[in-house]
Amino acid sequence: MSSSEGLTSARLARRRRGRWAERLIETILFLAALASVFTTLGIVYVLVSESVAFFRHVPVWDFLTDTQWTPLFDDAHFGIVVLLSGTLTSSFVALAIAIPLGTTIAIYLSEFAPFKLREVAKPFLELLGGIPTIVYGYFALLFVTPLLQRVYPELPGFNLLSAGLVMGIMIIPYVSSISEDAMRAVPMSLREGSYAMGATRFQTATKVVVPAALSGLASAYILGISRAVGETMILAVAAGMQPNLTFNPLEPAATITAFIVQVALGDLPHGSIGYQTIFAAGLTLFLLTLAFNVLGHVLRRRFREAY
Amino acid sequence: MAAMTGPDTNLAAKAEVQNLNFYYGEYHALKNLNMVLHEKNVTALIGPSGCGKSTFLRCFNRMHDLYPGNRYEGNILLHPENTNLLSREVDPIEVRMRISMVFQKPNPFPKSIYENVAYGLRVRGERRKRYVDEKVEQALRGAALWDEVTDRLDDLAFNLSGGQQQRLCIARALATDPEILLFDEPTSALDPIATASIEELITDLKGRLTILIVTHNMQQAARVSDFTAYMYLGEIIEFGVTDAIFIKPKMKQTEDYITGRFG
Repeated sequence: MSSSEGLTSARLARRRRGRWAERLIETILFLAALASVFTTLGIVYVLVSESVAFFRHVPVWDFLTDTQWTPLFDDAHFGIVVLLSGTLTSSFVALAIAIPLGTTIAIYLSEFAPFKLREVAKPFLELLGGIPTIVYGYFALLFVTPLLQRVYPELPGFNLLSAGLVMGIMIIPYVSSISEDAMRAVPMSLREGSYAMGATRFQTATKVVVPAALSGLASAYILGISRAVGETMILAVAAGMQPNLTFNPLEPAATITAFIVQVALGDLPHGSIGYQTIFAAGLTLFLLTLAFNVLGHVLRRRFREAY
Repeated sequence: MAAMTGPDTNLAAKAEVQNLNFYYGEYHALKNLNMVLHEKNVTALIGPSGCGKSTFLRCFNRMHDLYPGNRYEGNILLHPENTNLLSREVDPIEVRMRISMVFQKPNPFPKSIYENVAYGLRVRGERRKRYVDEKVEQALRGAALWDEVTDRLDDLAFNLSGGQQQRLCIARALATDPEILLFDEPTSALDPIATASIEELITDLKGRLTILIVTHNMQQAARVSDFTAYMYLGEIIEFGVTDAIFIKPKMKQTEDYITGRFG
């Protein structure tokens, strides 16, 4: 016992020092994690406090039911549905492109493509997501819209359709990449089980792999929706910034995000009602994406892989 | 004749393996195998891990076709019409339509119990509800699962216990009336009680179809099979009537393995 005492105390000292370093690292990591939490809380605080000031002037009921959005006019109206309609219509167009195409691409890459092709195709696809959205915006305005006008000459220069289509292309890699990961995560034993029953590749992909990857697919779609709802530049450039209560993609309209850009570009005095509308609009957007994220979470729970 | 126990060795051959060689890329995994599957009997493949018994089993339903770089040589003739299962002209899907497989770990699909069993029929384009209903019930009865699931056919298959899931996989394989049923260590992921029920099931099934089972459990091979092949390093060392293999093996190596001195 006594002979090993010196050794033991040295070891103890070393361990104590080690524990300090450990605690220091833990604290740094904790603070780093805290920073992001506080940023979120800070954003929510600003959004809510400015919105509260806004709703002191404008009743919530008017905000939700008014069918005009003219916050900067003398006869000011604050009907968020006007902007919401633009956001929902453009998002719908985008998702109508991104979800079917993204899913198809994912199924192809995960279940059909030879290994080498997949390794080449995936980074290329992800490159689409790296293009600045302003580039997409002008691509929609100067290329896609004229192209659409050849088919449908009455189409206005600014419209939700062109912006939505291009936005859909931008979102494809988000959807396809996560969907593919989800499908690749389906264990080989399930596929083998299906093949062993005499199923073809296509049957295996659609009847076994896709249902097994459903929760991952749901996350991919939710992410796509969040991207579409929050997208700003493409819509600001190509959809026009006129508030317009419409669900017709052939018309120009402003979205929530486009309005925020528009107002933020002008010089409105702090604390004015016009200034505060940005925050009310921002809060609406925040609640919308939050709702989708919660929905995504619920779906993930519901369809959790149990293989 | 009356005194004779064990299988009737005069039974017709259901499949005949002739000079089968198999390669994973460059690796020569199965070396010149020759064997017969007797119709409506159980044949067991035993041998130490890595001896190629699962690889051999998976030749029968061409599972190796799913991965690039695999190559078969030789024949597996399926009787009565003598088609070579391994021939390039034979579509592996056709083969799998006639030869079903049950895997090591239960692998039910993310579907209801009913749809799991109906899967093989659906894949074959079967739409008649009455017919599918009948087949599903028949298969579940055949797999001794019907009584346990009859009132929850629409439940997700994942909610079943491990042993029930494996019996569900057997029902799935039975629903299409296969001629040969392949079992790849079907009880290795199950507890002793579930194992006993699967073994009992295999015994019940023989006489209705031809069974080939891979097992690393020698007692299991002795209990359920009529014929046994002992494999080592990709070769069949000894093949014969199970009782003979276990009581009086011809090869010293087989005896060492069976008595537990090796492997």
